[in-house]
Amino acid sequence: MGLALLVVIWLITFFSTYFFAAKTWYLPTGMSAATAGIDHQFAVTFLLMGIVFVLAQGALGLFVWRYRDQGAATRVQYSHGNTKLEVLWTTLTAIMFIGLNLMGSPIWAAERFAPAQAGAVPVEVTGMQFAWYFRYAGVDGKFGRTDPKLQDASAGNESAIGLDTTDPAAKDDVVTGTMYLPVNREVDLTLRAEDVIHSFFVPSMRFKQDAVPGLAIHMHFTPTQTGDYEIACAELCGLGHYKMHGMLHVVSQEDFDKWLAAREAEKQ
Amino acid sequence: MATTAALHAHAPQGFIRKYIFSLDHKVIGLQYYFLALVAVFVGMALSLLMRIHMIWPTAVLPLIGEIKPETYLSLLTMHGTIMVFFVLTTAPQGGFGNYFLPIQIGAPDMAFPVLNMLSFWTTFVGFVVLIAAFFVSGGAPLHGWTGYTPLSALPSAGPGEQLGADLWITSIAIFCIASLMGALNFITTTLDLRAKGMSMMRMPLTCWAWFITAILGLLAFGVLLSAGILLLLDRNLGTSFYVPLVVVNGQIMAHKGGSPLLWQHLFWFFGHPEVYIAILPGMGVASQILSTFSRKPIFGYKAMVYAIMAIGLLGFMVWGHHMFMSGMSPYSAFAFSVMTMAIGVPSAIKTFNWLGTLYKGRIRFQTPMLFAIGFVSMFVSGGLSGPFLAQPVLDIPLHDTAFVVAHFHLIMGVAAIFGIFAATYYWFPKMFGRMMNETLGKVHFFATLIGTYCIFMPMHYLGLAAQPRRYSQFTEVAYLHRLIPLNEFITYVAIITVAAQFIFLFNLFWSMKKGAKASDNPWEATTLEWSTATPPPHDNFGGHTPVVNHGPYEYNVPGAPRDYIMQTDPVTAEAH
Ligand code: HEM
Ligand SMILES: [Cu+2]
Ligand SMILES: [Cu+2]
Repeated sequence: MGLALLVVIWLITFFSTYFFAAKTWYLPTGMSAATAGIDHQFAVTFLLMGIVFVLAQGALGLFVWRYRDQGAATRVQYSHGNTKLEVLWTTLTAIMFIGLNLMGSPIWAAERFAPAQAGAVPVEVTGMQFAWYFRYAGVDGKFGRTDPKLQDASAGNESAIGLDTTDPAAKDDVVTGTMYLPVNREVDLTLRAEDVIHSFFVPSMRFKQDAVPGLAIHMHFTPTQTGDYEIACAELCGLGHYKMHGMLHVVSQEDFDKWLAAREAEKQ
Repeated sequence: MATTAALHAHAPQGFIRKYIFSLDHKVIGLQYYFLALVAVFVGMALSLLMRIHMIWPTAVLPLIGEIKPETYLSLLTMHGTIMVFFVLTTAPQGGFGNYFLPIQIGAPDMAFPVLNMLSFWTTFVGFVVLIAAFFVSGGAPLHGWTGYTPLSALPSAGPGEQLGADLWITSIAIFCIASLMGALNFITTTLDLRAKGMSMMRMPLTCWAWFITAILGLLAFGVLLSAGILLLLDRNLGTSFYVPLVVVNGQIMAHKGGSPLLWQHLFWFFGHPEVYIAILPGMGVASQILSTFSRKPIFGYKAMVYAIMAIGLLGFMVWGHHMFMSGMSPYSAFAFSVMTMAIGVPSAIKTFNWLGTLYKGRIRFQTPMLFAIGFVSMFVSGGLSGPFLAQPVLDIPLHDTAFVVAHFHLIMGVAAIFGIFAATYYWFPKMFGRMMNETLGKVHFFATLIGTYCIFMPMHYLGLAAQPRRYSQFTEVAYLHRLIPLNEFITYVAIITVAAQFIFLFNLFWSMKKGAKASDNPWEATTLEWSTATPPPHDNFGGHTPVVNHGPYEYNVPGAPRDYIMQTDPVTAEAH
């Protein structure tokens, strides 16, 4: 029985670690400036936790086999513990855990404490059951007024977020259901939700943030590769949660300008 | 405690007073246990339906028909709620705690037997109210077991959010009241009813775990109860605690100025201690069993006690780790993250001490021990994903993905269930006077160990690959398509693993009738429940009060005549 346990625990440990390490299913390739920092922190955490995992499960398997009851000959060590050992492993775990934490905090600070830099593209993201809308401020660089009374989701785009067209600042605002961003330029996001909480999740950008009704949450990220990336909703928002999905197209600055101009023209 | 003594002068006769509205903590413990047993099979059935829908979204099932996405979310909500409240809070504490706390400390009953009975029947009503949500128009709510507002506050936000959601909140409120009554009883009993010689530091670790769990319950359930009442007010009386100005389906709602994050703070102030409420009793049981079947004193008894206390205390300071992506201040994320990492330390201490207990022991492999070893393995696996999720930077990719589902199922779900199984196999002889079948027990153990690892370990990979949780299908988001085969694997294993649980069910009921007769102390254990008759008489110790002379885990004491010294053995037996 001891041997059976040893084999099963060790096999479980081996396969679990193998599929992590082999990256058979792994973080999607990151395409944003934050990727390097986050992925590095993940790798360090994985390495440390992986070592503890293998050692702890390894010891568990080994001990149950090695110290199985083999009749009267088995000598039991009568001991109530060992204070030195307790102090040692308490200190070591504390250092490892708190150290990991301190290592990660500059990355967190860069992502969340500092606002977007000057020159970032302002984009407002609005979540509603079950779609994402993206608003661009237009040439004046200012978002116009919105009014809940004007909201009409069935009409889509500008109407979906209730844009008040009597506001001069709203005249050149563009609202779309697909997100376009220029590559290598930071985006200054404002996240909103109309009805319930949604979460703006772009795995390839290493980005996630809840959009909360009543709040305008400011966030930023910088795409570093052109391409098409999927946006998912990561907060349960109702029956269509699983299909609340959007696309992010990261394009060159030129193509971005062209696209925005075309949308402006369509509006007129 | 004159009243307790008077109540227990002689056992009540008649079926109703003896088995239904019983004041005997042993009967009440069994009532809790069987309620949890029903609940866990309902909860498991719901999880199977979910897993089936995930990979065959259009399948038409016999009796049930086709599961719609909103039905999936109702199943999800009910599965989570049933499992957390009516299984993991009910069986380890209400069930085994009720049955064995008084016996292990040498008391004739709980301090307040009437309160004890009330608390069980209140829990029962809570369960009935919850299940009723399935049968009202609109069905069960779809807002998940965490019930985030405004989704859970707005009847028009989705199917199930009408009467079903009111019933859901009411059920939880009822459950909170029941748990508060239970908590008071456990605390008073532990403090006041210990037998002569049973100092706090001679209590078995199970008693410490039940005691600290009760304190957590007392502090946490009050908060959830208030939060739930505010939510009911928002839903039915037009207040706006949790709801700002919102537009649902083109309708402006009659709310203004509320804060959705308020609910999250209140919920998780309860929610994080709740996960310890679920797991601490399991830790106690694992410690007890590892020591008994290794024939060795528990390694670091004092460290274990302090670790339980530290976990209890820190458990109230980490709730914000569920909210790193919620829009809460990023500065507070930093503080919550440090506290969360700190709580990993006492958890690690416990693991090291369990390994230290096995080291140089003489291990016997009866089924309770197998599940205790499985508990340690699960606790390690589930615990080590914690430090990932405790770091706000890593929460960016991992929050609300299948990685979280993997983490909490291993550490809270499966580990606690292993604790319940271990406790069942361990105390069954005392409760029913017969042994459970060992062969069936071993088959059940290996099937469950391998099965649950195959179900929940791969969910980590799915989470890394960015599969969001609470998705009913993976058809709509293109990057999820390649994850479908792994999801199919999980579903197949889940079907097999759930099927294997019927081995346990069969063993349980068959052994009650046909199991081999158990002696008073079949495991050669030391704590007080093994020094009384099997099953214990109505007043637990047959008219005399035990006197405690030894610590709880005296195995293989040098110079002692046999390899264990019971807590009630005379003093001379001790070697030092
Ligand atoms: C047969 C074993 C089990 C299986 C196959 C299973 C499966 C699942 C699945 C598929 C989900 C939904 C994940 C999602 O869509 O996000 C889920 C959620 C959940 N499960 Fe389990 N589960 C099992 C046992 C348990 C146990 C023992 C517990 C006790 C803690 C538990 C607690 C939960 C909770 C709290 C949720 C979250 C519900 C929510 O998101 O609101 N499960 N489970
Ligand atoms: Cu959603
Ligand atoms: Cu928590």
